[in-house]
Amino acid sequence: MAILEVKGVNKRFGGLLALDDVNLSVAENSIHAVIGPNGAGKSTLLNCFVGKLLPDSGSILFNNQSLLGLPPYRINQVGISRVFQTPEVFQDLTILENVMIPALAHRDGAFHLAPFKSLSREHDIREQAERILDSVSLLDERHNLASAMSRGNKRRLEMAMCLVQKPKLLLLDEPTAGMSRADTNNTIDLLKTISEDHEITFVVIEHDMTVVFSLADRISVMAQGHVIVEDHPDNIKGHPKVKEAYLGTAETA
Amino acid sequence: MLKTTDNKDRLMMIAFTVAVLAAPVILAPFGAGYPDLMQRFAIYGIFAIGFNLLFGLTGYLSFGHAAFLGVGSYAAVWMLKLLSVNVIPAIIFAVVISGLFALLIGYVSLRRSGIYFSILTLAFAQMSYNLAYSVLTPITNGETGLQMDLDDPRILDAATAPGQLPPPSLFGLEMGDTHYLSFMGLDLQLNVGFYVCAAILILMFYISLRIFRSPFGMLLRAIKSNQTRLNYTGVHTRPYALVVFVISGMYAGLAGALLVCMDPLAGPERMQWTASGEVVLMTIMGGAGTLIGPVLGACIIKYFENIFSRVNDAVVSNWFSGLPDSLGDFFSAIVSPFLGSGWQMSLGLIFMLVIIFLPGGLMEGVTRLIGWLGRLFRSRNNDEDAETTSAKESSPDPHSSRPASPKES
Repeated sequence: MAILEVKGVNKRFGGLLALDDVNLSVAENSIHAVIGPNGAGKSTLLNCFVGKLLPDSGSILFNNQSLLGLPPYRINQVGISRVFQTPEVFQDLTILENVMIPALAHRDGAFHLAPFKSLSREHDIREQAERILDSVSLLDERHNLASAMSRGNKRRLEMAMCLVQKPKLLLLDEPTAGMSRADTNNTIDLLKTISEDHEITFVVIEHDMTVVFSLADRISVMAQGHVIVEDHPDNIKGHPKVKEAYLGTAETA
Repeated sequence: MLKTTDNKDRLMMIAFTVAVLAAPVILAPFGAGYPDLMQRFAIYGIFAIGFNLLFGLTGYLSFGHAAFLGVGSYAAVWMLKLLSVNVIPAIIFAVVISGLFALLIGYVSLRRSGIYFSILTLAFAQMSYNLAYSVLTPITNGETGLQMDLDDPRILDAATAPGQLPPPSLFGLEMGDTHYLSFMGLDLQLNVGFYVCAAILILMFYISLRIFRSPFGMLLRAIKSNQTRLNYTGVHTRPYALVVFVISGMYAGLAGALLVCMDPLAGPERMQWTASGEVVLMTIMGGAGTLIGPVLGACIIKYFENIFSRVNDAVVSNWFSGLPDSLGDFFSAIVSPFLGSGWQMSLGLIFMLVIIFLPGGLMEGVTRLIGWLGRLFRSRNNDEDAETTSAKESSPDPHSSRPASPKES
């Protein structure tokens, strides 16, 4: 049942052990949150999933296929999409083009050369992109440049760019970081609708506890490179180890 | 939306074709309607279009594109020497060889981006220049340059009259053939070489247009915009960049071959870094990432190089001969450093003005002008509809702004 299986992953940066024997199991079609204080190793873990970093040891299996050593584009091609902490979109392209590119990459693979095919003949790709843009209510602005969008809308666009590829696993790196309360709530609603409408597994890395507790089916708490607890949200709230990780113990304080 | 883009493209293609074919008529009033210069316009136009495919779309700034021009030239001369004076095999061979050369250089250089990529390409180009200049003398004939010779085999050609070098030709049509024609008071020079270049320019422009409008072109623009995002979107960016680098190198090789077909001589100076810088200048001046901009930039720079450089002090003082002596001397003292051998100074000045006021190149100026005229036209129409009672007499005369001759600087 586990779509993503992380076993004994270690990652060292010089003298710092960023990930120390991390184990994680993400169930299919669930929303799995990874929380923890600053420097706990959450982003390092995510960067290992997407192929940006190579763990020193351990294994990462996606549908029983190892992801270790695969470049980012190859990992995307097996069905893992990611959303960045600060929205990464193609600023100089129109919103529609922003979504057509991932749609093309999904259909044609990592490299497909058709230098003389006209873009205006790609009706399917265009329709797909427009349908997804409609679902995140960006359809009316599709001919505007992405650089003119607000941060909240860029997040929506980035989400649309991931969804058009019909990923099996969507990785979100602090999707509400730096957002206003209203934008945060919109993002939560958006994520909820997506998880209801699509068969997608989410791994969410998050600071904001309201977001985590209103979304997640399961939570892993990280501290100093370890996963200290993995449980249902209700059991996490009052867990003594979690309190300790966030607030420190009475002795050390 | 996309339908109208198709129609606009069709219109642009027709306008471009007409303008290129009518170049002898359009350029004659500017004193640029002679074959040698028009050939240069077309050839460097092709060079700049190719460079723009790489730089304008992907943002990879190659500083060694002249190397491909040079390789194309040498390859073409060898074909003219060995095979035939027909230009077709020379052009094909040059394009293939420069494509292979670009594959090699691109494969290595594209491992880095930004300034490191530029430096790598620059290093390769300087290396090629120095090789051509010294080490590879048996192939390139070193400093003297490679040219056709009476003892060349030319295995496909019939024997020519002894002691006579046959000129490059297209199935018997000699490149240097020119027909003189008088048309509406203009002396036109219709040259075979120019029309060969023009036909190829139009074809190359069409190919560039198709690439711009293809999914491939969109991906290349995405590389320029955000390569990280593209990698995490499942696109392997490097092969795309390599393909466009090779296409761009082939364009340069084609331009090099055409230079040789017009004048069968290839020297190492064609590969020097100044030549690489020139095509960067052309593209940025005209408008990187636009379709017509590079051709425009190429024409302007070649116009300066060939026309402004020919104005000497005597001509300048002749302009001011109507003025009193001291005033005339004063004006010619100001103007003459910018002309003749100082033509690069006025080019530099114009380049600076373009970069400061029109960062998108001259095409940005054209777009702004069209937008401004459109607004002017619309507001005038609205005024008429509203039947304004104001007796304001506007004299709509946007043109006829003669350049002021005295230039303070």
